Amino acid sequence: MTFKRPTPAGWAVLAIGALCAVGFVDAAIAQTAAPAADAAAAAPAAAAAVPNKGDTAWMLVSSALVLMMSIPGLALFYGGLVRTKNMASVLTQVFAIVSMVGVVWTLYGYSLAFSDGGSMTPWIGGLTKAFMHGIDSNSTAATFSNGVVIPELSYFVFQMTFAMITPALIVGAFAERIKFSAVMLFILLWVTFIYFPIAHWVWYVAAPDDVAAAAKALAAAADGAAKTAAQAKLDEVTGAVGWLAGAGALDFAGGTVVHINAGIAGLVGALIIGKRTGYGKDLMAPHSLTMTMIGASLLWVGWFGFNAGSNLEANGVTALAFVNTMVATAGAALSWLLSEWIVKGKPSLLGICSGAVAGLVAVTPASGFAGPIGALVLGLVVSPVCLFFVSTVKNALGYDDALDVFGVHCIGGIIGALGTGILVNPALGGVGITDYTNITGNNAGTYDFVAQMISQGKAVGATLLWSGIGSAILYKLVDIIVGLRPTVEEEREGLDISDHGERAYNM
Amino acid sequence: MKIVMAIIKPFKLEEVRDALTAIGVHGLTVTEVKGYGRQKGHTEIYRGAEYAVSFLPKIKIEVAIASDQVDKTIDAITSAAKTGQIGDGKIFVINLDHAVRIRTGEADAAAL
Repeated sequence: MTFKRPTPAGWAVLAIGALCAVGFVDAAIAQTAAPAADAAAAAPAAAAAVPNKGDTAWMLVSSALVLMMSIPGLALFYGGLVRTKNMASVLTQVFAIVSMVGVVWTLYGYSLAFSDGGSMTPWIGGLTKAFMHGIDSNSTAATFSNGVVIPELSYFVFQMTFAMITPALIVGAFAERIKFSAVMLFILLWVTFIYFPIAHWVWYVAAPDDVAAAAKALAAAADGAAKTAAQAKLDEVTGAVGWLAGAGALDFAGGTVVHINAGIAGLVGALIIGKRTGYGKDLMAPHSLTMTMIGASLLWVGWFGFNAGSNLEANGVTALAFVNTMVATAGAALSWLLSEWIVKGKPSLLGICSGAVAGLVAVTPASGFAGPIGALVLGLVVSPVCLFFVSTVKNALGYDDALDVFGVHCIGGIIGALGTGILVNPALGGVGITDYTNITGNNAGTYDFVAQMISQGKAVGATLLWSGIGSAILYKLVDIIVGLRPTVEEEREGLDISDHGERAYNM
Repeated sequence: MKIVMAIIKPFKLEEVRDALTAIGVHGLTVTEVKGYGRQKGHTEIYRGAEYAVSFLPKIKIEVAIASDQVDKTIDAITSAAKTGQIGDGKIFVINLDHAVRIRTGEADAAAL
C-alpha cells in the first residue's frame, strides 16, 4: 500500500484554486454592493444583542438531531423498504447526499439561500456569504423574537441539516433503479437550482425586527399622512424578503420547502425514470421492516430538532412546537393503523410507521402555529388521505413511486401547509398571526381565513411548479450527461453489486 | 440403501429429529426450502402493494439408511410431522448407489 504525499505541483494547484476562490468572492461582493443586510447589523436594537447560552445550546443540539434524521434515520427507514440487493445502494445514496450537500452548503448554498441578493432578493440570495465569507463566531442571526439573536454559525449549521435531508428524501421515489452517478449529479443540480431558491423564497427575511417595528408603527399610526409614511416604511423593509415570506405564507419548519418540494421532485423522477424492472410482477416486498421501524423511530426523535429547533430559540413556542410534533405524530400513527385495519383487514407495522412519518410531515409547517389539539386533528386527518394516495391513487395511475415519497411527503406536506392556514386561527387554539409573519395582507393580531389560505395556496402552488418543472429539466439533463438508468441486467443483479461492488449482507 | 427425503413444516423439525433418533437413525441433513403445493400461499400487503406469496417456507430433511429401515423411517417421520392440515408435506424415497465416510474411507453400509 502506498500513500502519496501531495507533490509541490499539487500544492501549487491547491493554492491557485484558493486564490481563484478568494477572487471570486471579492468580485461577487463588488457586484452586489448590497446594503448591510445582516439582520443583526441592520437592526439597531439587535446590534448590541448577545446570543443566549441556552438558545445556542438548543440550536446546536437540534442541528445534531436533524442530522440523525438523515443518517441513520431516513437511510434505515428507506433501506428496510427495498430488497436486500439494493440495501447498500440506498444507504450509500443517503450518506453521500448528506455529505455532498454539507460541502455545497458551505461553499455557496448558505449564501444563495440566506444572504441578500440585491435586486434579486425576492427570488435568490447573492454570493456575499459564499465560502462563509464574513461569518465568524461573533456573527449573529435574528430569531423570531425582536432583539434576540443566535450565533450565525449555529443558524448556518441548523439550516445545513435541512438542506441535507431534503434531497435525501427524493431518492425513495426512484430507489432500486437509478445509477449512483446520476443521483449525485442530479442532487447537486437540484439543491442549487431548486432547493436554495425555494428556501430563500420562504425563509429569507433580512431584518425581521425592522419588519415588526414598521408593522407596529403602521398599526399605531393615525389616519392620513402618518399612516402613509408608516406604510411606506413597511413596504421598504419588506422589500428585503423572499417573495413567499412577503406573501404572508406560513411555513414553520419546512412543509413546502422540504416536503412538498422533495415529494414532487420524487414523483417527477419516478415518472421520467420509469418503473422498476418487474414492477407489478415480481415480489418487491420490504426486506426488513425491523430496519424501517428503527428508521421511523429515529425520524420521530430527530424531528423534535427539526420542528422545535425551527423556533431558533428555547422558549414557550419551542415547547409548543415540540408538543405539537408529539401529538400530531401519535395521532397520525394511530389513524393510519386503524384506517388500514378497517380497509385492508390487518393493522400493520409498516402502516403505523408510515402514519408516524405522515404525521411528522403534516405537522412540520404547523408546529409553531397550531395549538396541540389542532395538531392532533391534523395528525388524525393526514394518514387516511396519504393511505388513499399510496394505495388507491398510485395503483390507479400506475406510477412506481417506490417508497411513496410523493404519497407521504408531498400529499402530507400539502395537507400540512393548507392545514396551517386554518389551524393558526386563535379561535381554533392557534397562535394567530404574530408580528414577524406580518408582511403583506395579514396584519399582526388579525386573522383572515381567505387571505391566509390564498397565501398558503401560493406557497404550495409555487413550490409544485418550480420544483416539478425544474426537476423534470434536471432529470433530462442528467439523462443526457451520464444516463439515469442502469442496464436491465445491472438492475436485476442489484445496485449493491453493480454500482458499489459490495453487498449489504454477507450471510 | 435409500435416501428418504421429506418436506415438512418448519416447526415440526425437532419432533421429527427426536422420532428418527428413537428408531436409531443418527444422522440427517436439513435444508430451509420454499415450496408450493395444495396449501397455496397467502397475501401480504405493504402499503398499497398486495403480493400473493405462493412459495411457503418448509424444511427439507434427507436421511440415508439401509433399505430394510425404510418403512420404520417413513412411519417415524409421518407420525412426528403430521398435523392433519393441508401443508404437512411429502416424503420421497430414492435409491442410493454408493456412500463413503470421508474421514475413514468406509463405504456403503459401514458409512451410513
